[in-house]
Amino acid sequence: MLSYIWLGMVAVSFVCALCKGNMEQLSKAVLDGADKAVELVISMAGVMCLWTGIMKIADKGGLTSIISKVLSPILSKLMPEYDKESAAMKAVSANITANILGLGNAATPFGIVAMKEMQKTNTLRDSPNNSMIIFVIINTASIQLIPTTIAALRQASGSVSPYSILPYIWITSLLTLVSGIVIARIFMLKGRVHHG
Amino acid sequence: MIVFTVIFGAFKKVDLFGAFTEGAKDGINALISVAPSLIGLIVGVSMLEASGFFEILTQFLQPLCNFIGIPAEVLPLGLMRPVTGSGSFAILNSIMQKYGADSIIGKTASVMAGSTETTFYAITVYFGAAGLKNTRCTIPSALLADILGMFFAVYSVRLLSL
Repeated sequence: MLSYIWLGMVAVSFVCALCKGNMEQLSKAVLDGADKAVELVISMAGVMCLWTGIMKIADKGGLTSIISKVLSPILSKLMPEYDKESAAMKAVSANITANILGLGNAATPFGIVAMKEMQKTNTLRDSPNNSMIIFVIINTASIQLIPTTIAALRQASGSVSPYSILPYIWITSLLTLVSGIVIARIFMLKGRVHHG
Repeated sequence: MIVFTVIFGAFKKVDLFGAFTEGAKDGINALISVAPSLIGLIVGVSMLEASGFFEILTQFLQPLCNFIGIPAEVLPLGLMRPVTGSGSFAILNSIMQKYGADSIIGKTASVMAGSTETTFYAITVYFGAAGLKNTRCTIPSALLADILGMFFAVYSVRLLSL
């Protein structure tokens, strides 16, 4: 997938530069871009590590289990096929909590376990059941307390208030998440009418 | 937030500095693991920029964007976001360099990039893990939500920064 996108970028910029006579700028941009990228990665490192470090303290301090307790009634409403105490639901709630705390490296393995556990009792066999779809939809919307990468990127770009956008991000991702779930529910109901 | 977390950790008798360095190590590792693709894609985006592609695209999309009420400058980011994380960070970076991180455009772009995940990546990884090829309504639902998310990003910034 990325190979095509990259090829597309290179090819499109070559053609555009040819048409607009920007060839010289283009060859300069290749080298400048590589330089800029390394500078960016380095300037992001501090803020990134600060937040992942702080979130690890929160995690070890038991914030994770507090969040999962709050989430579990909501999650079991959204995924009625699975029991609150099942291994599947435990992995689901661990995955979502890790996402909220921005512990991306921890979230993905939990998510994979959750999907495998849910698949075990999935009666549809080769298609996901409704709970599995809802779970993946939740994972495609980012629900993160501190979007560390964005904050680090804003800081590196010279923002005076890198965190000022947090409330907007919370509102937007929450609305996106809710609409994703509602849209999926509508599709599921329509599917049922067709079959029935 | 930082102070609160540290005090909370101390109260819960966490090995504060140990936990912090462990987490910071995860952060560095995450950054290093995206660095190669970030470098490749930033080169790609700065080539597109220098070639004049974004100006052509923005001009071309302007009427449509005016119609739906999304600034044309952030539309490339919206198209890239569900497909590639590093690619959209590269675009976000170029937008903030050009228009300023604290401008309305810069803020809108930050919200757009921060409020959703790399949809196709999540779908591939999780359904792959369960060994499922058929995803039923997942892709249309997630993409429709991403499109709505673009509007939410634009309007939340516009309404709240009046």
